[in-house]
Amino acid sequence: MSSLYEEIQTPPASDIAVRRLTVNVNGEDRTANVEPRLLLVHLLRQAFKLTGTHSGCDTTNCGACTVLFDGRPIKSCTMLAVQADGHSVQTVEGLATASELHPIQEGFKQEHALQCGFCTPGMMMAAKALLEENLNPTEDEIRWALSGNLCRCTGYQNIVKAVLWAAEKMRAELN
Amino acid sequence: MKLDEVKIGGMGASRKRVEDNRFIRGKGNYVDDIVLPGMLHMEILRSPVAHARIKSIDTSAAWDMPGVRLVLTGEMMAARNLAWMPTLSYDTAAVLATDKVRFQGQEVCAVIADDPYIAKDACGKIVVDYEILPPIVNPVQAAAADAIQIRDDKAGQVGNKIFDWEIGDKARTDKAFEDADLVSKIELHYPRTHPSPMETCGSIADYDRATGKLTFYVTSQAPHIVRAAVAMVAELPEQNIRVISPDIGGGFGNKVPIYSGYVIAILASILTEKPVKWIEDKTGNLVSTGFGRDVYLKGEMALRKDGKILGVRMNTISDHGAFFADAQPSKFKIGLMHSAFAAYDIPTAHMFATGYYTNKAPGGVAYRCSFRVTEAMFFQERMVQAAADDLGMDQAEFRRVNFVKDEQHPHRTAFGFLTDSGQYEKCLDIGLEAINYKNFEAERAEAAKRGRLLGIGISTMTEPLGAGNSREYDILGIKMFDSAELRIHMSGKAILRTGSRGQGTGHETTWAQIVAHELGIPADDILVEEGDTDTAPFGMGTYASRSTPVAGAAIAMVARKIRAKARKIAAHLLEVSEEDIEWELGRFYVRGNESRGVTIQDCAMAAYSNMPDGMEPGLENTAYYDPPNLTWPFACYIAKVEIDPETGVWDVLQFVAVDDCGVRINPMIVEGQIMGGLTEAYAMANMQYQTYDEEGNIIGGNYMDFLLPTAWETPGFELYEVVTPCPHHPIGAKGVGECATVGGPAAFVNAVVNALKHKGVRNIDMPMMPNRVYEALTTGKDIYGMPPVRSGN
Repeated sequence: MSSLYEEIQTPPASDIAVRRLTVNVNGEDRTANVEPRLLLVHLLRQAFKLTGTHSGCDTTNCGACTVLFDGRPIKSCTMLAVQADGHSVQTVEGLATASELHPIQEGFKQEHALQCGFCTPGMMMAAKALLEENLNPTEDEIRWALSGNLCRCTGYQNIVKAVLWAAEKMRAELN
Repeated sequence: MKLDEVKIGGMGASRKRVEDNRFIRGKGNYVDDIVLPGMLHMEILRSPVAHARIKSIDTSAAWDMPGVRLVLTGEMMAARNLAWMPTLSYDTAAVLATDKVRFQGQEVCAVIADDPYIAKDACGKIVVDYEILPPIVNPVQAAAADAIQIRDDKAGQVGNKIFDWEIGDKARTDKAFEDADLVSKIELHYPRTHPSPMETCGSIADYDRATGKLTFYVTSQAPHIVRAAVAMVAELPEQNIRVISPDIGGGFGNKVPIYSGYVIAILASILTEKPVKWIEDKTGNLVSTGFGRDVYLKGEMALRKDGKILGVRMNTISDHGAFFADAQPSKFKIGLMHSAFAAYDIPTAHMFATGYYTNKAPGGVAYRCSFRVTEAMFFQERMVQAAADDLGMDQAEFRRVNFVKDEQHPHRTAFGFLTDSGQYEKCLDIGLEAINYKNFEAERAEAAKRGRLLGIGISTMTEPLGAGNSREYDILGIKMFDSAELRIHMSGKAILRTGSRGQGTGHETTWAQIVAHELGIPADDILVEEGDTDTAPFGMGTYASRSTPVAGAAIAMVARKIRAKARKIAAHLLEVSEEDIEWELGRFYVRGNESRGVTIQDCAMAAYSNMPDGMEPGLENTAYYDPPNLTWPFACYIAKVEIDPETGVWDVLQFVAVDDCGVRINPMIVEGQIMGGLTEAYAMANMQYQTYDEEGNIIGGNYMDFLLPTAWETPGFELYEVVTPCPHHPIGAKGVGECATVGGPAAFVNAVVNALKHKGVRNIDMPMMPNRVYEALTTGKDIYGMPPVRSGN
């Protein structure tokens, strides 16, 4: 258990039950008291101050809020925080180590795969899920895997290149 | 040893972006990421109906909820003279509705609470009694003699017309049509759409009663305009207003205007004496903030048998929604629509424009374009294709015959603009070669054997980018120019600030490259900062592709001022007269003795430690740049599409983009802009639109109805480059951010129409959804207007 104890400051309205939950976020157990209706994206952003995960559209279409839930990509605007109790969540803040970027992060910079940066964390998490299953994806496989994530700036071509760049680097690191 | 400009990250270097370092780590600083102590949260209650009189508003149940701090109504705003605010087009817009609601989604009440969830709950407790009025959802209804008046709040307003406006030479144009061998006509609708950046609008107002200072964090492309507007509307002293525009999650014109939510949040912070955060939800963004387009375009072209264009007539009817809130230069009622046909040598033209109020969202922002240039270029290229077809002439050849020739620049257009430079035929030729135009008819025949319809569509565009010059361009009377301030520290490192505000456009990277080019200071040694009105010099902001043409020029000019002073310091250090000093990148040396020199860094140190007698210390300066003309990039886009006649689905087989945006500061970033712009062009051509049903319900108020293309649908783009330096820009650059969105749509539509030409189809309006293409190809009829809305029940 982390020594860090976070909670929503505002007391809930009296008729709403409060749940205490523990989520493993980027390898560290984090605890919070939440209303059952709190969305996972808001738990991450407001309680845990991990603002790299963005809330984009409210309707599960844009994917800006994509995180890995027990290793699988999900849209954190469409999951309740309480559903994450006892599970693990990976966010963009967990991609890099203190000294080293993840190859996907490097690839996004090298291939100019981002402009405003708002979709980027979700896009990178979706790419990570793909590359964990398939280290040698085709362009079509990448486009399909990222089709739940909208980008308004880049036109996707460089995002595809960035994922190919990362895949190549990750394959090289394996050898 | 001479400096290698590319190595120091100067002009022409595809330098990797500085801003990426925080974005890829999830460490961007968008407005919703900012948390201030004691901050409250605001939510807006919106009108569910398009047109209604407000009979009563009961907010008591909302006030009673625990955690609710303030509930604001239009009446409470009116008591503080804040119920209405000025728009950027000299109209007024309601902040919170008092008398009537005039579009679905209009702001009616606001709740400020401890938590955003509570604020949202409390909005649900407010009871508003509406008396429904008949809604007006298009200009035809608005113009009807018996139409209900939407703007009954305005003294002197008659009916629903906002303006009549004309430009060009009517008599001469009439004569050209009399002399014509052939007149070609076209009529089309550019549908309403929305810029829809991934991040919605939002702000935090933080008023400190002790200091009287308002700090306003806002997702604004033009923070200085926000400061001026807040000073006007809220009547706060301007020196006490600090506007901070943090990282912006995309703008595309949507984040230029001042929205109701900002005004309400500021008042709420003053009343509660706490910071108040307002983050719009996606629906709020799509239904109430600045939309784009919604123009009916009709026109005709007078033609000579040999293909020469003799004259053009244009007529536009635009739908502005409930308030005339277009963000555009004051002088022009329908933006720069009259930039149409600027690339063509046409003796005379005339345009007549009419604008109407409707019960739809207000805005009319320049969605990734320079003020209605998108509609102008779309009309131009659809008209050109129709004329070529009517003449029986090849569409590429028809353009070639009528293009302004390279040596004709600067060229006065029929509507009065002055294009600066370009190589139009060269761009066309590169495009035709890349798409193998010569072989197209053979490809088409081959595809026909497979039962597929092939089409090819050309679109060329030149657009006026970089408003203003201050003689002609102003917004609310404030002249359009921009600024840069450069401070060279004693170690030779620097900080650069400008009045522009990047929104994913890479300013932190490219602005440093301009300084590197002018001074030889490595780009990595230059910090670029924008978006804080307390520290940045005044500027009009980033939209209409104006940053490089205007702020970029100001950066070059301020660097040259710095260099001029450094030259004096160099002469002092080298103990020669200034006339004997030569400059090479990063270094001054004595003429005739190249080895005797000092670097710009040496001069910087001397400016603080060893300046000549009588010289003002330090090495800092500011430049304001008022451009002599707009910059005129050119592009040729060619799409090759294949249609499945059994479904109407069209696929892009190849897309070629030839862009001439003058000298490219950072080619990587330029190409990123072009690909992003083409994707928005594809989106509009294919799927992305907003419409309203007859009751005034918006269709396209969320991402389930308002479709943006994903990685799966978006085609690949092949990019080619031509460089015609801008003759009047200090580094020869032109604007580029919007060219592809402006010129792209007509390439797709021309291609699909070209594929159906043999069926007698002359026009399919956007969005070219498969059912509309299918209808055209099976009936041989044109498709005009918005897709019909299926009514509920």
